[in-house]
Parts: sequence; structure tokens; C-alpha cells
Amino acid sequence: MVVETKFARFDSITLDSGVALAPVEVAYETYGALNAARSNAILILHAFSGDAHAAFENAEGQEGWWDNVIGPGKAFDTDRYFVICANVLGGCRGTTGPATVNGATGRPYAMTFPVITIGDMVRLQKMLIGQLGIERLLAVSGGSMGGMQALQWAVSYPEAVAAVIPIATTSRHSAQQIAFNEVGRQAIMADTDWNSGDYYDGPKPGRGLAVARMVGHITYMSDASMREKFGRRLRGKDEFGFDFSVDFEVESYLRYRGSKFVERFDANSYLYISKAMDYFDLSAGHASLGDALGQTAARFLVLSFTSDWLYPSYQSLEIVRALRSRNRDVAYCELTSNYGHDAFLVDVREESDLVRGFLASTYAEIAA
Amino acid sequence: MSASSWGQGPLVNGKPGRRDYAIIGEIIERGAKVLDLGCGDGELLAWLKREKRVEARGVEIDREQVQKAIARGVAVFQSDIEEALRDYPEGTFDYVILSQTLQETRAPVAVLREMLRVGKRAVVGFPNFGHWTVRLAHLWTGRSPQTKLFPYEWYNSPNIHFLTVTDFELLAREQRWKVERRYFLGRGGTVRRFPNLMAELAVYLVTK
Repeated sequence: MVVETKFARFDSITLDSGVALAPVEVAYETYGALNAARSNAILILHAFSGDAHAAFENAEGQEGWWDNVIGPGKAFDTDRYFVICANVLGGCRGTTGPATVNGATGRPYAMTFPVITIGDMVRLQKMLIGQLGIERLLAVSGGSMGGMQALQWAVSYPEAVAAVIPIATTSRHSAQQIAFNEVGRQAIMADTDWNSGDYYDGPKPGRGLAVARMVGHITYMSDASMREKFGRRLRGKDEFGFDFSVDFEVESYLRYRGSKFVERFDANSYLYISKAMDYFDLSAGHASLGDALGQTAARFLVLSFTSDWLYPSYQSLEIVRALRSRNRDVAYCELTSNYGHDAFLVDVREESDLVRGFLASTYAEIAA
Repeated sequence: MSASSWGQGPLVNGKPGRRDYAIIGEIIERGAKVLDLGCGDGELLAWLKREKRVEARGVEIDREQVQKAIARGVAVFQSDIEEALRDYPEGTFDYVILSQTLQETRAPVAVLREMLRVGKRAVVGFPNFGHWTVRLAHLWTGRSPQTKLFPYEWYNSPNIHFLTVTDFELLAREQRWKVERRYFLGRGGTVRRFPNLMAELAVYLVTK
């Protein structure tokens, strides 16, 4: 099956900052079929650099970023469920973002794009879901920043979601997480080609963006997974070059990842989306995290991974404990994996079993 | 878990699994809020949810068991029992169940107190170390008793506190807990006389 990205347009969206963004377009994909009762829809929420293409192959032959868990017979079973995934607001993969041309000026927004939040992303997703004719989602799920959106969904629209599956995520960024994001932002802004964000007519700040991505990739892996994958192996040579060219495999890998990223990602989107993650605090506007989550009505399945040091299990446990303190329906499991933060994308066997069972029981209860 | 080797299998009074489940099923009324500590793969909770429409919550430390429980649709979180109890406000549950796990906890009295804090009632089931087979095994072999009830070697037993029916009665009196109901099961079914000698399994319904 070849899938294609579709687009939905809206006249305007009012952001958390009070600014109205108009118009706004959302890139999204859907898999499977919506049932007659419109009760089998699942919204998948992508992480920082993801996009709407979550599963199957597109016309370019690219596999979706979570194809190993979405599809026929997989955890998010497209034979049973109608699965939706949309590119986030502020993104650069089809949804309105800083690279989008501002109709008022005829030029890309660049740094005139309004600051966006995780709440804004979710608000736009809610508009999309409404346009698709869905009142209540069976589930929302995502890892990392996708997990933040899933949590925000549960708090913002408690009546519109039956089950929430936040994976490898947090209710708010720690100083360490903000710090890594800031290094990425500074790498971009230190690139002279960034030009205060106004680079769409000239060379892109590729060096800065690549360095930002290299740092990111380090945080997505674990010491063990890097040791296993690269060790101290040299790249295409038996001896050190003594010339600052690529010596180690790991250097080659990071450079490759950095350069690939530049081809598909906009540096300004990096700034806006990473800032949205840093601003995210589910307890904001509430007396406590428990108060914020106490108003939710969904069932929760919270998952974390042992070797994930970017989004450590204690952050998932904070969410679980807050839900517990209000006696919400929450299941939690820390899965064993060596893959670090990437585990939710690559080490999916146990994750799939849990999601599959959790969804099946939720779906059965809704149908009953 | 000490119960794995016995009482497993056929339905008791049409209820699944271990023998104390049948009793627990009798105690708990429809729609109650229930927390099961050391819930294993969620078998009891799943059954209570289905048959009694209870609001079911479970705690289990073993990851594989947690995974099975979640997969069968029970809200279980992976945690230590003592730690899990701490998060709940007073009186959250109608019943807090501790089925054949008391003897495995590090601080049994603290756990029982916490159960009676977060729950209105505690349901406590435990294997009776005072059963005659245990006493005989100890007397004859001079070793840590190994029986059908307590099948482990001293070094690999999950049981770290051995208690008897009489021990529990004394503790309840000392702590001023009210025993609302008590059930004793032996080889031939319900035990009516000399429970400390004849009961393999005791289930207590306790309130503050």
C-alpha cells in the first residue's frame, strides 16, 4: 500500500500567546478505515523531528517513522483502527511553520513566526480531528515530544480521548533537557548562514543545524548502544589520520546523520519546536501536576525504558504518581532496553504487546 | 509466589484460579473500588472487573507479570508495594487486597497499616505456617519445613516472614483492628475447628 500526505486548511488558529495565525495548513496521513460509529480513531503524535508519514511506504518509497508498530496486525492495528498522524504546528514537513510564506508579506515567516507551544500543536490537531468528523478518539499516543502532546490532549480535551499512551516522555523538561536543546539552538544561531533566521533566499545554516542534530543523536542513544554499535572502531582506516579527518566510526555516523537531517529539516523549525518543548509544563495553570491530571478522564498506559537517560523513568513515574494520587486508571511499565531514548522507535517488541493489549481492552470497553 | 504450587487450576465455586480468589470474590461487592497489591498477571482483577464491574487497580513488581496484566486490560503499575501505597490519599479504595504476599513483605505491619489507610477494608490472605504438615515437617526433618504450602529451600524462598493464624489474630488485637470476617481453608475445604492447626490458607477481612 502506498500512502500519500493530505492537507487540511483552516482560516485561523488562536495561539497560547494570544496571537492569531491565519491561515494555517496541516499535513496529515491516515491508515485503515474509520468505523461507522467513528469510535476506532487513534491519533499518533510524532516526536521532535518526525512528520505525518508514520507508516507504510509513500510514493518516494520511504517507510514511515513508526512503521514497525503501525500496520495490519501490528500494535496500532490498521485492520481494526483508523490511525491518523499529522505534522505539528511550527514544523517543516507540510504543516504551517516558519518556512511557510506569510501571505501578508509574500515572504517566509522566518523569525516573525509566532512562538508556539505544545498546547497550540494539540489545538490544531483537535481542529483536524473535528474536520475528519471524529468527536472522540479511541487513543492518542506518541513518544518523546509526541508523549507531551498525548498528555496535553488528555488535559485539554478530557472528553475527546478514551486512552492515552505517553511513551518515554515527561510532564516538563528538566534543566538537562533544556540545556541540550539550547546547545542545538546556539549551534544554529552561531552559523553565520542563519542570518537571524532570514536565509530562505540564500545558503541554509547547514553546519549549525548538522551540529545540533549530532548532539541530539548522542542524547537519543545510550552508552551501551553506542559501545555496541561503534566501539572505538575506525572508519575506513587501520591507523589514526593525525589530521582531524574522520577517524572513528561514531564520528562518521554523527556527521552522516547531521548532513541527512539538513536535507529535510528547517533550522528555524528546530528553534521553534525545541522552544515549545522547553516551555511545556503540564502543571502550568494548576496547583500541581496531580491537579492537572486529576481532571482527565482517559485511561493511561505510561511506558519508559531503562537506558533512556534523556527522558529517564523518574519523569514517567512523576506522571504515574500524580495520576495515582487522583486514582486515575493508569498502567505503567519500565521496559528493559539498551537503546536509550531511541528504544521507543526501535526496540518495539514488548512495547507492541503492551499497546496492543491496552488498546484491545479499551476498545472492548467502549464497545460494551 | 508461594501459592503457585497449590490450589491452582480448576474453578472454585465457578471462580478462577487460586483458592482464596473464591473467597475474595464473595467478599467484594459490585462496583467497588479495589486495589490488588502484588496482583501478578492481573487474573483476579480481570475477573473482578468482568464479573463484579469493580474499578480495578493493581501493583506488581515483576515486569513480565505487569506486561501480561496490562495486555489483559488491567490498570497495573510496576512498583514496590510499600512505595505504591504511599501515593494514594486516605480512603481511596473500598478494598485493598493482599493475596498471599504478606509473608513476602519486608515490613508487614507497615503494609497492613497503609492498606487500612488507603482502603476502607483490607482483605488479607496468607498461607498458615501453623498448619500441621508444616509443624510435622519441621519436627521430623529438623530442617526449615518444606511442604506443599511452603515448597522452597530456606535460601530461595520469597517468604521472609512466617506467620500463623494465631499470629495474625494476636496482631489484629494488638493493633486494634476489627476482624469483620475470617475464612479458613484446608485440604477438605472450609475448616471449622482448630484453624491454626488445620487451615492451609486464611483470609481475613479487616477494618480499622
